[in-house]
Amino acid sequence: MTGNTNIERRQAVRRILANRGETLVVCGLGSSTYDVFAAGDHDRNFYLWGAMGGAVMIGLGLAIAQPDKPVLVITGDGEALMGLGALASVSAQKPDNLTIMVLDNAHFGETGMQPSHTGHGVDLAEVANACGFNNSQTITDYDSLDAFSNTPNAANGPRLAVVKITTENPERALPNLDGVYIKNRVRSSLGIQPV
Amino acid sequence: MSTQNKPAQGWEDDIYDCFVRHNISQIPYVPDAGHAHLIRRVHDTPQMHPIVLTTEEEGVASSCGAWLGGQKSVLLMQSSGVGNCINMLSLVSNCNFPFVTIVSMRGEWGEFNHWQVPMSRATPGSFDLMGIDVKRCDSPEDVAPTVDAALYAAFASEQKIAILLSQRLIGRKEW
Repeated sequence: MTGNTNIERRQAVRRILANRGETLVVCGLGSSTYDVFAAGDHDRNFYLWGAMGGAVMIGLGLAIAQPDKPVLVITGDGEALMGLGALASVSAQKPDNLTIMVLDNAHFGETGMQPSHTGHGVDLAEVANACGFNNSQTITDYDSLDAFSNTPNAANGPRLAVVKITTENPERALPNLDGVYIKNRVRSSLGIQPV
Repeated sequence: MSTQNKPAQGWEDDIYDCFVRHNISQIPYVPDAGHAHLIRRVHDTPQMHPIVLTTEEEGVASSCGAWLGGQKSVLLMQSSGVGNCINMLSLVSNCNFPFVTIVSMRGEWGEFNHWQVPMSRATPGSFDLMGIDVKRCDSPEDVAPTVDAALYAAFASEQKIAILLSQRLIGRKEW
């Protein structure tokens, strides 16, 4: 279901992160990680190169640990679908500081653009609604994207936005692969010393 | 004696006391009768966050997120859930996250339901394959020192430890 959007993934992520402030960002493996890195490397980016299906739950653990900081999970439809139950687990916790943005091109981009479930009609925003999210929406234009990105979380539980994107496949932008470095960099940005 | 209705045993409170002493903040879990008393106590403790999961690997990921944000987490599950965690444990390995899970064993002592046996048998090997050290508690007096040592090692030096609570310790499930 990508026919009604003109949003391009790289520009979308640049706009999402333009006013990120103190936000901690967890990005799902593959294109989401490349998009977040392409928007500018940052100490508070936790890049995933594996652990498919884990981005939302990493974001949940981080959001509970840092309740005064915004936590943003940026992931793709395929990665979100592999961890679909995580939306139920997040909703049971209702962290006010967690936002999930799913870049939905309805395809598994990294593996050859096979159609994903969202292309067959699965609506992730409605899944989140059914799980009990108070703010879950689908975005198909840049004005709505900017409005969502520049609005801080209300004390209203977690938020989710499905950002419908075109199927363009920009060149990869590769952040550091060293998980220990990436982990310690995020922790240091919060004032936590390495063990 | 049924594990559903049995009175709390001292070793269950020993685990809780270790959580308090080591300042464990996040306790993700997929329930098991063997953890029921501990889960109730966690729910009754305001400074602890119980996180009910739909599948066990969610708790591997949330535990890593907790440490990213400076909190300590322990995952509770039963042996049938260990296989679900395999790929997510690559996150623990690649980023050298601390990791502690306490696993209630099924399928190894007077088990009526033999569907529990294959994953029970594969539990220590699954952790070993993914680089997680395995410690086993067979008697009540093993529990407090084992949990205390594991929590210390994990969070003082980012080690990865699975503690298996044997089915003989927990008590077999009555049908």
